[in-house]
Amino acid sequence: MTCDAPTPAGGPAPAVWRSRGTGRRSTRTLRVRVCAALAAATVLAVLLVPPLVQLDQQAVDLAAKLLPPSWEHPFGTDDVGRDLLLRCVYGLRVSLLVGVAAALTATVVGTAVGAAAGALGGWADRAIMRVVDTVSSVPHLLLGIFIVAMFRPGVWPVVVSVALTHWLSTARIVRAEVMSLRARPYIDAAVSGGASRWRVTVRHLLPGVLPQAGLAAVLMVPHAMWHESALSFLGLGLPAHTASLGTLIQTARGSLLAGQWWPTLFPGLFIIVPTLAIAGLAGAWRERINPRRRSELML
Amino acid sequence: MLELRAITAGYVKNAPVVRNVSLTIAPGEAVGLLGPSGCGKSTLARVAALLHRPDSGTLVLDGRPVRRWRHRAPRELRTAFGVVFQQPRLSADPRLALRDLVAEPLRATGRREGLAERVAELASAVGLTPDLLGRRPHEVSDGQLQRACLARALVLRPRWLVCDEMTAMLDASTTAALVAVVEEYRAATGAGLLAVGHDRTLLDRWCDRTVHWETLPARARPAEDGQPAPERVPAG
Repeated sequence: MTCDAPTPAGGPAPAVWRSRGTGRRSTRTLRVRVCAALAAATVLAVLLVPPLVQLDQQAVDLAAKLLPPSWEHPFGTDDVGRDLLLRCVYGLRVSLLVGVAAALTATVVGTAVGAAAGALGGWADRAIMRVVDTVSSVPHLLLGIFIVAMFRPGVWPVVVSVALTHWLSTARIVRAEVMSLRARPYIDAAVSGGASRWRVTVRHLLPGVLPQAGLAAVLMVPHAMWHESALSFLGLGLPAHTASLGTLIQTARGSLLAGQWWPTLFPGLFIIVPTLAIAGLAGAWRERINPRRRSELML
Repeated sequence: MLELRAITAGYVKNAPVVRNVSLTIAPGEAVGLLGPSGCGKSTLARVAALLHRPDSGTLVLDGRPVRRWRHRAPRELRTAFGVVFQQPRLSADPRLALRDLVAEPLRATGRREGLAERVAELASAVGLTPDLLGRRPHEVSDGQLQRACLARALVLRPRWLVCDEMTAMLDASTTAALVAVVEEYRAATGAGLLAVGHDRTLLDRWCDRTVHWETLPARARPAEDGQPAPERVPAG
């Protein structure tokens, strides 16, 4: 806590902690609003632009190839004359779909495994967590490449690949939470009241871990988008004709060396901006569900 | 008859909190267990209520030795005990309204017929008004919450009641009210009672006999090596 400068004579002395707390809160509120606006713009763009605009993102116009940004093409055109703004929105659509689907799948798997380990305890817990440790010991991008290479390129192999390599952290978080909740007397009361192991888990333990699992899912969406982009960039994710942010950057890297910056910059921004927006919202959520942070917010 | 024979129990391997302790409660009898904080009386109460597996010793319930604890114990054996804990805040699921809190054992055991009537009957017995039943634990006082926890312990009509410092956090009038509810229930059903506490006056007035931890056949020595008793961790 720092001391403020002396206040003008006659004015009420402000409470130092309150003024500072209010300032931090307003900065936080502004940050949350900006993040929410960016996230909303992203979601609206991917949902509304394709059905409303009725333009063909695959329309090739070799006469207009590699045009820099202009009023007609705000993001410029790529090496075969396709409008990059439209391609970026379609690419974001695919990347967001992969991100959300992979994050949801990973969270469901991770929550189920973590809850089973935490609720069962004993040898079952030890066995499950050794499996988790074993899978964690393999670099997850490598494992993801291995999984995706077994299938024909497409959206769902990428979703499966990202989900199967990202449920581990959720499983660990959920297990720790379940073990902490299991020690509470209300679980003893439920056992004494005749509740089965399943009922204790579903009725008392899982609702207690849902905020943490939800937060893990939200934080995983941008991470999964990055993985999709990385796999597509390596040529292992989506087929080249499907616009995703990874394939856009991958096909544009040749023109970057020739000085055309726009085919890589804008898809890159389309990865970074939703990532920051989602991470900002998740950070605000974490502050709300963490009691220690919440007590600071109440200042 | 509830017999605890030579019970040794704890939470960390080779560091038992309770060592070789025996205690017998006759049907319908009210036994007060008196002892200082951290001596292991709550652990013994948890063993008696089938919530904590002892490291050694035997628990004999109505002449039959109990071999399994917690979820592994048969449901009808677990529900033979109604347990009330010391801290109502920690022993109530924060997401459940008091009505659901009291009804939870009925739902868990599939006895949904007449559920609302049974909850209303118990709520009136423990002194909870209908508007309180719709509130969640954070919206009521400790005393009101402990009343709901007592109602939950009684809802399955247990043959044994284990009150682990049930009144430690409550004022005198709420203490008197809760003890009166327990005694009324015992008078009606003939249930046995193990009341754990460190208030000798209360236990002497409440129970048929009061046992001091120091006078149990072999007392626990959690701090004999100079180390504090270990933290409570969940039993497997």
